[in-house]
Amino acid sequence: MTELVSIRDLKVEATSDAGRRIEIIKGVSFEVKEGEIVSLIGESGSGKSTIALSLMGYARTGCRISGGEVMLDGRNVARMGERARAGMRGAVVSYIPQSAAAAFNPAHRILTQVVETARIHDLMSEAAAKARAIELFRALALPEPETIGFRYPHQVSGGQLQRLAAAMALITHPKLVIFDEPTTALDVTTQVEVLRAFKAVMRERGIAGVYVSHDLAVVAQVADRIIVLKDGAVQEEGATGQILHHARHPYTRELLAAFHPSPRAGEPIETNPAAETPLLDVSDLVVGYGGLKADGMPQITAVKNVSLRLEKGRNLGIIGESGSGKSTLARAVAGLLPPASGKVSFEGRMLAPSAGKRSRQDLRDIQIVFQYADTALNPAHIISDILGRPLKFFHGLRGSEQDVRINQLLDMVKLPRALRDRRPAELSGGQKQRVNLARALAAEPKLILCDEVTSALDTVVAAAVIDLLKELQRELGLSYLFISHDLSTVRAICDEAAVMYCGEKVEQLTPAKMDSGGQHPYTRLLFSSVPKLDPRWLDSFEHDREAVSAA
Amino acid sequence: MRTVLFQLLVGRLAIGLATLFIVAIVVFSATMLLPGDVVEVLLGQAATPEAIAGLRTAMHLDDPAPVRFVHWLMGLLQGDLGQSYVNNLPVADLIASRLPNTLRLAGVTAAIAIPLSLFLGITAAVMRGTPYDRTVSILTVAVISVPEFMTATLAVLFFSVWLGWLPALSHLNHVDSIGDMMRVYAMPVISLTFVVSAQMIRMTRAGVIETLDSPYAEMARLKGASPARVVLRHALPNALGPIVNAMALSLSYLLGGVIIVETIFNYPGIARLMVDAVATRDLPLIQSCAMIFCVGYLILVMLADIVALMANPKLRG
Amino acid sequence: MFGFRVPLPSLIGLVVLLAWAVVAIAAPLLVPYSVGEIVDFDIFGPATDQFWFGTDYLGRDVFSRILMGARVTIGISLAAVTLAVVAGVGLGMLAALLGGKFDSLLSRFFDALSSIPNKLFALVAVAGGGSSIPMLIAILALIYTPGSYRFARSLAVNINAMDYVIVARLRGESFFYLARAEILPNILGPVLTDFGLRFVFIVLLLSSLSFLGLGVQPPLADWGALVRENIGGLPFGAPAVILPSLAIASLTIAVNITIDNLPRKIRDRSA
Repeated sequence: MTELVSIRDLKVEATSDAGRRIEIIKGVSFEVKEGEIVSLIGESGSGKSTIALSLMGYARTGCRISGGEVMLDGRNVARMGERARAGMRGAVVSYIPQSAAAAFNPAHRILTQVVETARIHDLMSEAAAKARAIELFRALALPEPETIGFRYPHQVSGGQLQRLAAAMALITHPKLVIFDEPTTALDVTTQVEVLRAFKAVMRERGIAGVYVSHDLAVVAQVADRIIVLKDGAVQEEGATGQILHHARHPYTRELLAAFHPSPRAGEPIETNPAAETPLLDVSDLVVGYGGLKADGMPQITAVKNVSLRLEKGRNLGIIGESGSGKSTLARAVAGLLPPASGKVSFEGRMLAPSAGKRSRQDLRDIQIVFQYADTALNPAHIISDILGRPLKFFHGLRGSEQDVRINQLLDMVKLPRALRDRRPAELSGGQKQRVNLARALAAEPKLILCDEVTSALDTVVAAAVIDLLKELQRELGLSYLFISHDLSTVRAICDEAAVMYCGEKVEQLTPAKMDSGGQHPYTRLLFSSVPKLDPRWLDSFEHDREAVSAA
Repeated sequence: MRTVLFQLLVGRLAIGLATLFIVAIVVFSATMLLPGDVVEVLLGQAATPEAIAGLRTAMHLDDPAPVRFVHWLMGLLQGDLGQSYVNNLPVADLIASRLPNTLRLAGVTAAIAIPLSLFLGITAAVMRGTPYDRTVSILTVAVISVPEFMTATLAVLFFSVWLGWLPALSHLNHVDSIGDMMRVYAMPVISLTFVVSAQMIRMTRAGVIETLDSPYAEMARLKGASPARVVLRHALPNALGPIVNAMALSLSYLLGGVIIVETIFNYPGIARLMVDAVATRDLPLIQSCAMIFCVGYLILVMLADIVALMANPKLRG
Repeated sequence: MFGFRVPLPSLIGLVVLLAWAVVAIAAPLLVPYSVGEIVDFDIFGPATDQFWFGTDYLGRDVFSRILMGARVTIGISLAAVTLAVVAGVGLGMLAALLGGKFDSLLSRFFDALSSIPNKLFALVAVAGGGSSIPMLIAILALIYTPGSYRFARSLAVNINAMDYVIVARLRGESFFYLARAEILPNILGPVLTDFGLRFVFIVLLLSSLSFLGLGVQPPLADWGALVRENIGGLPFGAPAVILPSLAIASLTIAVNITIDNLPRKIRDRSA
């Protein structure tokens, strides 16, 4: 095999708002052979997408390729004129974006946009391009391949759009395809279908690819070789098997370790449900949006007749994909969204449907921690004010008493006390999520609702936050209602997990039973769809979506 | 999908009518802030208490305000605009004699300003950051930052006083030839075009830039599309809605400009009629002029809104 | 004051604004001649050593009249914009926090008000209410309140949806605390920017009204009134008709370039 791509000492510069120049890619080199799929893996800010785009001679606004060479098919893209670059883009190298929903033009029909690349480069006739597009739709396992192209982008689902974007990339027989996190925005059960379609087409046609991702398990399924990036520099490079099993670089090992969080250490507590009053008891909860219909039910029901019990000192996970109603459930428990019917009681006392009507004691006992630490902390306040307010509000602490307590809280979440005078913007993502947690702890709650608290964090940071949550629970006797779409996180922290599907609780099971797959067909599909580090996982994946629809 | 669009259109229409009703209330109550002295003004020297009381009754001034409002509104709907206080002519006749002049002025200006603004706004957006774009931006900011009468007086100073090309005032009664007409309209139209275009250019540029920064425009570039193709096929169809709305909103500046320009150039249009009416507190005339302007403006904004809705493929289905 | 360099255009703009502020406050001490005094037989006279900006249609000193006019123009506009922005931001935050019927009714009403073109609104209001200075301030404030409301409301609605506001609500905080501590600090930067731009609009509208003879009435004269009374000098290119216009332009352009060149950090949010 010959080298299709050869990048030597690539440097990319970005200009900040203040006009300062920062080098974001610091001398990266690697090769891609013909027909080979190479993956660039790294966390946010590692520069993986920037490198991938430089293969097309493209730099986003404010960035420019400042050094090195990018040889593609024998020509240096970095030194090419804009017209010559346009000639290669789409024809020799093509691109599949993270969000096809945003990348398809809402004003044109899908087929028009898929064949456009072929028309721009005048590679085939209109009719030939359309025939090829339909052939690709079929190869990518899209429904109604003959007619799906006549729809507008907003009329097809996210998983389908992602495959349609692949058809758009492949229509010109390119030598190289760039996949820029193409499945990150999808739910796991959709991700499997899209990944299988991608892999089948690429393998069959022997096209080379550069696959950008933050998810090692996804990459393990499609890549021949993996390049690990951090802060704009290559950390380690090797064949997929070698990286997965014999990683040398400490950072790679950290990434791999974060993939196998230690399960919850707590021994199973034997409680007699009938004897003891549960901490949280949710019965027959119905929650929805929009006005009420004649029968008193909401226009759109997001949660249907869900019942849950959570004993003191234990953790309950709520698992589900987007639209399953898991976040709505949490919002109803918190009192943000009054339920249409059903009851929520806490330590045996009934909670008012909306937070505005709950007692201060009730509000204090249940705290909520949100997914995005960026929006959960007021950017105008300093950390000591953010932590000080609940202390004053709930406990009347002021002055030096408050100061002492703020320091204790920072110690509890393992943040340096020096951060107390900073504003949120000056903290890293992980630090912000710890402050977010400290604010919830300031109220001295009994139950914390964790709404996807680790989903926005990088793998390694998320693992540390999970460890912290476990430690706090041991020390403070807290309980968590842990909402997440990520099974390994739930498995790591929860005693039991409820699986939500289309607003209903389909099953509740223990971590041990998660591995065996559960009873309900959807639970089995969901659990088996989570990619594993084993490169053979995708090929051996067998599941029938029909079984779920039937159930 | 069709029904969704239809419902939206009906909704827009209802909102437009509700808005018009509120506007009518505002116009009516604003002109009624200082009631009473109208009668004294009308009667002048002959203002005996009996005469005042008689005229007040005749003009329904003693009725409660809501009753008078309903009378007035019903009159408007039936085309009865009332009598001018000042010269006792029917308001409808006064307006009819002036309205065509203003429409002609606005029409000629729009015919020049819209294509000009589209061209400058789109080209500036496409060539963002170039000296050309910066020049256009600085000029538009300058025109927007100064009062319309300054733009107009500078135009007079430049074309009439220094170059001596054009007359400073408009006299429609001496129009004998095309050349005359061009000379009569030139100054008002030039001034007005400046004022209106500056606003339109800014909004068009902003709308096009937003679509050029979109992920689908980036995708088009990554497919190898030429800059012209990115603009014409990918950016513009999506910028159409915002651009049409920008044009309609700029008409508010056309109206503001008309008021100033007609006054400066002594142009016999409806705006100057209204300014004179304000000076003499001729309330029926003011109310009618204000309602005509508001109705016209609201209809145009609503049309633009509908065009923007139709241009949205998500609703077209 | 800011933790970074203020760019040059902003600095120039700030210097011009500061100069006008000083003039507006200290005008009576700075004027070489009394504003009403006829100092020369030459009307529409050119700029000379004695009369820096020439003389007006009665032979009065234009320089003195512009300095005193600054007081009127800036004073009325500042009062009006302050009223408009305080009312707009207060109601905007209230609408965002309360939501529901209150929000939609208030928004619909202000939308209707702002659909009346500004100049037309001003003409109608002046016809009904007269042109006294308090009335002018009230009219200008009323015309620009809907815009300020809409701007502040959309900012506040965005902030109100933030998780930190939800957390504060779940704590049981009062409306007043939510508005003062959670929302206001995060919209202050853009609101101040909006204050500046709205000030420009008000200066322009006031000048236009005065130019039409419907704004500030004699013996007081703002810059727009100065242009109106000297419009007869236009055929001679007299400084008396051009310089008041330039005074307006220098003020409004200074505000615009100061704001346009501020770092995004200030324009987008405070802190």
